[in-house]
Amino acid sequence: MASASSSAPARRGNPLAGKGWPVGFTVAAIVVFILFQWVLPNMSGPLPDFFDRWLPLSVVNQCIIWAIMAIGLNIVVGYAGLLDLGYVAFWAIGGYTAGWFMSGFFTQVSVNVFGHAAAGQPAGFHINFWLVLVIAAAHCALWGVLIGAPTLRLKSDYLALVTLGFGEIIPEIFKNGDDLDFPWAHHFNLSNGTRGITPVDAIPTGPFQYLSSDSLPIPAELGPFDETIKFVVYSLIVAFVIFVSLRIREGRLGRAWLAIREDELAASMMGVPLMRTKLAAYAVGAAIGGLGGVCYTTAVGGVAAEDFAFSSSIILLAMVVLGGMGNVWGVLVGALVLQWINGNGLKEIGNTITSVTGHDINFPSYNFLVFGAILILMMLFRREGLLPESRTRQVLQEPERGQLESVGADLEGERV
Amino acid sequence: MSQTAVEGVGSRSFRALRDNVERGMGLLLVGGAVLYLVIQAIRIPGRFFDAFVDGVNKGSLYALIALGYTMVYGIIELINFSHGDLFMLSSVLAAFLAITTFGATTGTFLAVLGLIGTLLIVMVAAAGLNVAAERLAYRRLRRAPKLAPLITAVGLSFVYQWGGLRSNGSGQKVWSSIFGDAGFVVGGVKIEWKTITVIAVTIPLLLLMMWVVQRTRQGKAMRATAQDQDAARLMGIDVDRTIAFTFGMGGALAGAAGLLWVESIGNTRWDAGFRLGLYAFTAAVLGGIGRLDGAVLGGFLIGIVSSVNDSGVLPFGQKWSQTVVFTILILLMVFKPEGILGKPTTEKV
Repeated sequence: MASASSSAPARRGNPLAGKGWPVGFTVAAIVVFILFQWVLPNMSGPLPDFFDRWLPLSVVNQCIIWAIMAIGLNIVVGYAGLLDLGYVAFWAIGGYTAGWFMSGFFTQVSVNVFGHAAAGQPAGFHINFWLVLVIAAAHCALWGVLIGAPTLRLKSDYLALVTLGFGEIIPEIFKNGDDLDFPWAHHFNLSNGTRGITPVDAIPTGPFQYLSSDSLPIPAELGPFDETIKFVVYSLIVAFVIFVSLRIREGRLGRAWLAIREDELAASMMGVPLMRTKLAAYAVGAAIGGLGGVCYTTAVGGVAAEDFAFSSSIILLAMVVLGGMGNVWGVLVGALVLQWINGNGLKEIGNTITSVTGHDINFPSYNFLVFGAILILMMLFRREGLLPESRTRQVLQEPERGQLESVGADLEGERV
Repeated sequence: MSQTAVEGVGSRSFRALRDNVERGMGLLLVGGAVLYLVIQAIRIPGRFFDAFVDGVNKGSLYALIALGYTMVYGIIELINFSHGDLFMLSSVLAAFLAITTFGATTGTFLAVLGLIGTLLIVMVAAAGLNVAAERLAYRRLRRAPKLAPLITAVGLSFVYQWGGLRSNGSGQKVWSSIFGDAGFVVGGVKIEWKTITVIAVTIPLLLLMMWVVQRTRQGKAMRATAQDQDAARLMGIDVDRTIAFTFGMGGALAGAAGLLWVESIGNTRWDAGFRLGLYAFTAAVLGGIGRLDGAVLGGFLIGIVSSVNDSGVLPFGQKWSQTVVFTILILLMVFKPEGILGKPTTEKV
């Protein structure tokens, strides 16, 4: 095991982790933006139709939002090596934070902080989208610490089960939360039950609305059809999340996470405070999950408890595993690809095969098989993911059995 | 406990104090829950004992599933996540065989024969599937980091769920039992024949399992492998075969639970395995994971708690049942991870 003290720079074997990535990311985002804002609407022929079927912008936005959450989960699973099977809980908390503070749901109060209340909904909390992002991140980080504090000293597989328990309990609280009986408030409606909180306020564009022109109209509030501007907003948040992930990883905290992931005992002997470091991983991961939750709520225009199922946690895990645990770029690619498959890809592949061969195969029903198979096959044949870090590869590819025995290694107690 | 190594001797008394406080809080919680149940039992005895009988019925099914978890965990320290979904697949297969193939809907002699045939087929099929999963996936990952087999098990559970979705549809299917709702009444509490049947099948299976593990040569090999795989190999035990046998036994029990579920609860759902599997895992942890008697005890306890909660004796009601069981799981993990019957070990935490 590589020890905690080796301060090998992370960018070895990972050229994208250098300083050049913001440029590449910006170029990629601008290309997509120009394509969907100006090129496709003014084009005739089969290409716009092709994009409309295979890659509409709403699907791109969904992919980006899932990428935010996958990168957050990567901090917990990939960096710190703590298997979290209930990450959807933080998504739910973030989503409901947006629901509470950006809608007319709480009619008891009327608070407006730079908010953009929808017409006819003067009551409730209406707080600016960007402030809600901060609130949701802080709120989720708090819950991450609250959930993590009693449970993080458990062994890895026990921890997975406990997080799974929380991942089931918290959405159930939201699902049944329309009629809570507190000693101080009877029949309190916290979450509107299965109906969910909808609609939520739009994302305001603030000063950018004055840049509006004929070729690029920027409304004061982003409605459901302003997908290109929303794409810019979500891309900014992904860029921020990537930046945070990469910077923390290079720093003292990130190196402590990797040390814990690789050998907890050795890390603690080198003076890494285990509990505090793990709690930090939980808090940061949860905060990013909160950002993703807010984005998701604004993208679909509401929040409902059915969205937060166990399968979402597993799909996020599959994104992290497919891309390469611990490598932000791998996780980004994994999230974009898998959410595309989940959203539109599988359906369109199915439609194409149906139209070519005449067999009517309902491809979206193979969703579970695809994600399950990805997890199993990746674990069996390429445990380090498609775009691994050199460091992860060393840890995850265990030496051959014969190799170990030939040097007389004690196989029992082999714990990574 | 890697922290003790750093903190040294000075904080040992503090640790002991903290451990005692935690243990006391755990006992206090359990004591409070038991006291509450007793008060409710005296207050509304009719509903409570109805729920109790239902809980014994479900509890024996949980015990059968929990045994599969606990045996696999005991031998290779893997939480076999897909076990609940294996149970779900068996229940779908059992419903198909019993109702569609053998037509066992009324209590005739032929129907009973059909059910026995179904029981055997389902047990063999589930055992075979579990052994295949071990052979194809888990065996290759036995020396890999802990995360790898766990994620594989989650993936397998997704594949099984897909199988259930394809064969059972996205909704719930309701099946008729050969026993119907008939039963007899003891002191105002109705006991249905299907509950008796479930117990009559479960108890012999559990005794058989105990006998295999404690009295036979194969059981001795299992216990040896659980203690030390390398030493067991040196003693001439075929470790791979022993582990496969353990998976097979666990699978067979899940298969039996599948048929009993169809006959007593009477429905199949593609997503039933996830929740049931977690209930059963909670049961295994409650009794002390790795212990066979612990899994049985835990199964009955969890069954009774969830049924009592379903019946509305507790103030939460059915919609909170899952939360109640998972809260038990979390509290156990935090305060008493070794369970009721298990011995505390430092490695567990």
